[in-house]
Amino acid sequence: MAKRIEADNVTAYYGSFKAIEGVNMVIERKSVTALIGPSGCGKSTFLRSINRMHEVIPNGRVEGTISVDGQNIYDKDVDVTAVRRMIGMVFQRPNPFPTMSIFDNVVAGLKLVGVRRKGELQVAAEKALRGANLWEEVKDRLDKPGAGLSGGQQQRLCIARAIAVEPQVVLMDEPCSALDPISTLAIEDLIGELKDSYTIVIVTHNMQQAARVSDRTAFFSLEKTGDPGRLVEYDETQKIFTNPGEKRTEDYITGRFG
Amino acid sequence: MTTLTAATTTAVQLKAKRLPKYAPWAIAAGALLVGLGGVTFAADGGPVMGAIVAALLYFVALITIATFVEGGRAARNRAASALIGSAFVLAVLPLLSVAFTTISRGADRFDADFFYRSMNGITALNAGGGAYHAILGTLEQVGIAVLITVPLGLAGAIYVVEYGRGKLAKWIQFFVDVMTGIPSIVAGLFVLAFWVMVISPIFNDGRPAYSGFAAALALSVLMLPTIVRSAEEMLRLVPTSLREGSYALGVPKWRTILKVVIPTALPGIVTGVMLAVARAAGETAPVMLVAGGAFAINGNPFAGQQTSLSLFIYDQASTASQYAPARAWTAALTLVALVLLLTIVAKLVARRSKLTR
Repeated sequence: MAKRIEADNVTAYYGSFKAIEGVNMVIERKSVTALIGPSGCGKSTFLRSINRMHEVIPNGRVEGTISVDGQNIYDKDVDVTAVRRMIGMVFQRPNPFPTMSIFDNVVAGLKLVGVRRKGELQVAAEKALRGANLWEEVKDRLDKPGAGLSGGQQQRLCIARAIAVEPQVVLMDEPCSALDPISTLAIEDLIGELKDSYTIVIVTHNMQQAARVSDRTAFFSLEKTGDPGRLVEYDETQKIFTNPGEKRTEDYITGRFG
Repeated sequence: MTTLTAATTTAVQLKAKRLPKYAPWAIAAGALLVGLGGVTFAADGGPVMGAIVAALLYFVALITIATFVEGGRAARNRAASALIGSAFVLAVLPLLSVAFTTISRGADRFDADFFYRSMNGITALNAGGGAYHAILGTLEQVGIAVLITVPLGLAGAIYVVEYGRGKLAKWIQFFVDVMTGIPSIVAGLFVLAFWVMVISPIFNDGRPAYSGFAAALALSVLMLPTIVRSAEEMLRLVPTSLREGSYALGVPKWRTILKVVIPTALPGIVTGVMLAVARAAGETAPVMLVAGGAFAINGNPFAGQQTSLSLFIYDQASTASQYAPARAWTAALTLVALVLLLTIVAKLVARRSKLTR
């Protein structure tokens, strides 16, 4: 059920500022793809373009096409909410809904799109929480607020919330940058397991993390501040980190730049 | 405090001489004794003069003693704390005074008659009488005004925060700000000219008619900007990350607003509504202009004249009768208690939607 994503000549703007230009890449199904690069290179912007979250920002717009299994999600008659249901997202900072319990947080996506049956919700909640390796820790306090969990647990709660709606692709925008090493490890393990059923794209600043979790790595960069970010190199993670084809990639991953 | 041995204190002296904890209180007691005892009683200077002298003495004594014992920096800290403390006392004094006066004077007529009877047939020479009709009027008028303004105000705030782009939203914000400053008498006149004189004759065989509903409309004009402004501020405080989290689940914008944004902002919105309610319940002029006032019970806000608690207070306070002032005070006490009660209930309701930790 995981999907293949093809980005074709994707250019994204914030108002008149061009953030990324001419990105072409193919993301294979059931794989983990890492996006790395210096701050401001547009990797998060590209990630947000994949589920049309970029246009949520005032004056944000995207040109080019992104196709999911051949269907361009930027076609005129495409329903944005359907795209986002198919392509879930986990954010940099855990953002559980503060007014909801752990249970309600997990099933928020289902409830808010109209699933009402209690039994169905309970099954989905347990499945998603088990999927996010959180079930054992929270099964006795599902009615407690989600905001009362630790940072790492909150982030796994957000992952559970994202996979509860059974998306085909999960996008992660620096999901571990606000977490301690132990929580980071838990989430990296989780990414390894999720790979079996989902296509995963992860933005990270941590190159060891990219090397650990991903199958393929895309390196984004920009010439200088104010220029749009571009995709510099995209290849097997193994190759990017041992024998990169571009000088700039090598400079970045060896720490000589960025 | 950590204990320091001689060897470690060679570089920096961390311990300093401090006044004992009871020192400020002892100085305050001494200052009060001198101020009240010396000025108020011995020199017959009155309580206010005594309090002022005591406060000045307290400041001077505290700063002097602190400077000698603790040094300059600590003395400035003491002076700042004392200033903040006395500012707090000054701010609370009028509040306590109002509460004390209303309760002590309002207690006289705080009886069953007051809450069970109206002023129907009560002349200047009669004791008794009550404010049942006024309480009913206030509840109905404010209730209708809440029903009108909460949906409208919330919708307006949602438009400005979530949907409004460009000029229209800016203009709405500007006019809401202007409306906040409308004097209540102007709101009353507006409803008098617009509703009572022009619209109400249509339903009343061509004759203008006072009504509680007209009063509710006037109160709505006053409440609306307060509610829009406060709801707007509260909605803006909801983090963008929550909206994005919801959008990313494939939830449409309107549902995100209803199920995520508003519940998160609810306690603050309720506080804003209660501020507006408190203001509206205390308005006299618009009610007098468009509801006309009444002495008998009229439970129908759509026909016939009505009064309200604040108008009742105004009436009783200006009536030449030895029994009227007591009724006015009790009505004032009732009004304060009513607003307090409504606020407590609203806060509890808003909290119930929050989870217990």
